[in-house]
Amino acid sequence: MTGALPAALAALGRPVLAALAAVGRVVLFAIAAVGHMLRPPFYAREFGHAVMQIGWNSLPVVGMTAIFTGGALALQIYAGGSRFNAEAVVPQIVAIGMARELGPVLGGLMVAARVASSIAAEIGTMKVTEQIDALVTLSTNPMKYLTAPRLLAATLTVPVLVGVGDAIGIMGGWMVGITRLDFNSATYLKNTMDFLQFWDVGSGLVKGAVFGFLVALMGCYHGMNSARGAQGVGAATKAAVVSASVLILASNYILTEVFFSA
Amino acid sequence: MIELRGVHKAFGANRVLQGVDLVIPRGQSMVIIGGSGTGKSVLLKCVLGLVRPDAGSITLDGQDVTRHDSGAERDAFLARFGMLFQGGALFDSMRVWENVAFRLMRGALKRPKAEAREIALEKLRRVGLGPQVADLYPAELSGGMQKRVGLARAIAANPEIIFFDEPTTGLDPIMSGVINDLIREIVVEMGATAMTITHDMSSVRAIADRVAMLHGGLIRWTGPVSEMDATPDLYVQQFIHGRAEGPIPSVR
Ligand SMILES: Nc1ncnc2c1ncn2[C@@H]1O[C@H](COP(=O)(O)OP(=O)(O)O)[C@@H](O)[C@H]1O
Ligand SMILES: [Mg+2]
Repeated sequence: MTGALPAALAALGRPVLAALAAVGRVVLFAIAAVGHMLRPPFYAREFGHAVMQIGWNSLPVVGMTAIFTGGALALQIYAGGSRFNAEAVVPQIVAIGMARELGPVLGGLMVAARVASSIAAEIGTMKVTEQIDALVTLSTNPMKYLTAPRLLAATLTVPVLVGVGDAIGIMGGWMVGITRLDFNSATYLKNTMDFLQFWDVGSGLVKGAVFGFLVALMGCYHGMNSARGAQGVGAATKAAVVSASVLILASNYILTEVFFSA
Repeated sequence: MIELRGVHKAFGANRVLQGVDLVIPRGQSMVIIGGSGTGKSVLLKCVLGLVRPDAGSITLDGQDVTRHDSGAERDAFLARFGMLFQGGALFDSMRVWENVAFRLMRGALKRPKAEAREIALEKLRRVGLGPQVADLYPAELSGGMQKRVGLARAIAANPEIIFFDEPTTGLDPIMSGVINDLIREIVVEMGATAMTITHDMSSVRAIADRVAMLHGGLIRWTGPVSEMDATPDLYVQQFIHGRAEGPIPSVR
């Protein structure tokens, strides 16, 4: 009886402590990574490669996500709005919904699926095949050579992806609006433009930068800490995608609170 | 001179090194033998700082290698080394020649690309690989060829201290001979200090000045290669004659 309570508390405390320790390790990793990102040497070629991999190659998937989401959004807002004679707000709500929330969040999640996984798998494989050790023996710091270019590239290119996604999403809404919902094309576009304010888009781009950083951070962190063997790399890849996605959703809520709660 | 004193390393409950004492004199070729899984690779990694020992000291020319005050100090330390990894550890995103010339294309030893490539081709030739492999990717090579590319990369910047982790494993006997001669040559001509792990007794005889046998987390025996055959140590005798019976269990 006397031992049961402490044992139960210990059983409860252990995973909590383990979780806190994991958070601590990630934070330390992030601080170190940012430090390396800001101090030379800089690896321009690796950075260019990362920009292509993370930014350019993600354009199709982000564009597809945005166009279908914008279209579905227009249909839903029209259907919902018609319940109280507010069908006319479709252009405005599509624009604000895409720019503030769906553009960055869905874009971020798609990048998480594509990029966090590939970074974790690539770096994890390098880790288990001793390529990371080989880098060290060749006087090259893996944090500078592998992590820093990817973090910087993701932080800079994901906002661009979000901006492109916003535009394509709004276009998706416009296409549905003029073909399926009898909107006038010019009026739809004018309403969108007149309504959108700079910060609607700007806040989404800032979110994109944060999400990009988180995606690359999770990919690099889990890759660098991959356990041995193919199973280790698989687990690291999964952990990178899951943690990046959850962090995106959680930080999105926090950023929305900070930006928009009056 | 590299000096290890009481080096311990455990991975969880797996106590791999349990107090290794070993001295590798400058300019000599030390060969480490021992069963697989006895911690030979871990030992090399401890010296390079890739694995942090739990206890003990490792010094290079009297300087503690496990503690470097600055990144620059560690860079200077690593610049003296070349390492061939057991699995090759080639960068699979780069062509063969770019792997070999890695050190020559960035950092302190950076030089023009054409020159770096020239040196890479020369090092590839020394490990028995022609220029036709230079522009391939590592995945396009056989295991033995990858090993030799790893060897070329290890010697590309003419290091003073070279570690070879099983340089001839997976090579045909002729290529093994070429690599043995190369290692001997690097030690004799360039005056490098070498530490080689191998299971191949013909390699041991070809390249060693001194031999050390690692078993049970300790150095069981060390001495000049000329004394290896005469040592009464049963572990060494069993190992060099490849007998299934003896003090080393065949199930481990
Ligand atoms: N990074 C690591 N994590 C956990 N265990 C390891 C690690 N590296 C090596 N080991 C273990 O240490 C022991 C010695 O490995 P190693 O030095 O590779 O042996 P070998 O003498 O064949 O080179 C093995 O049991 C191996 O599983
Ligand atoms: Mg080994």
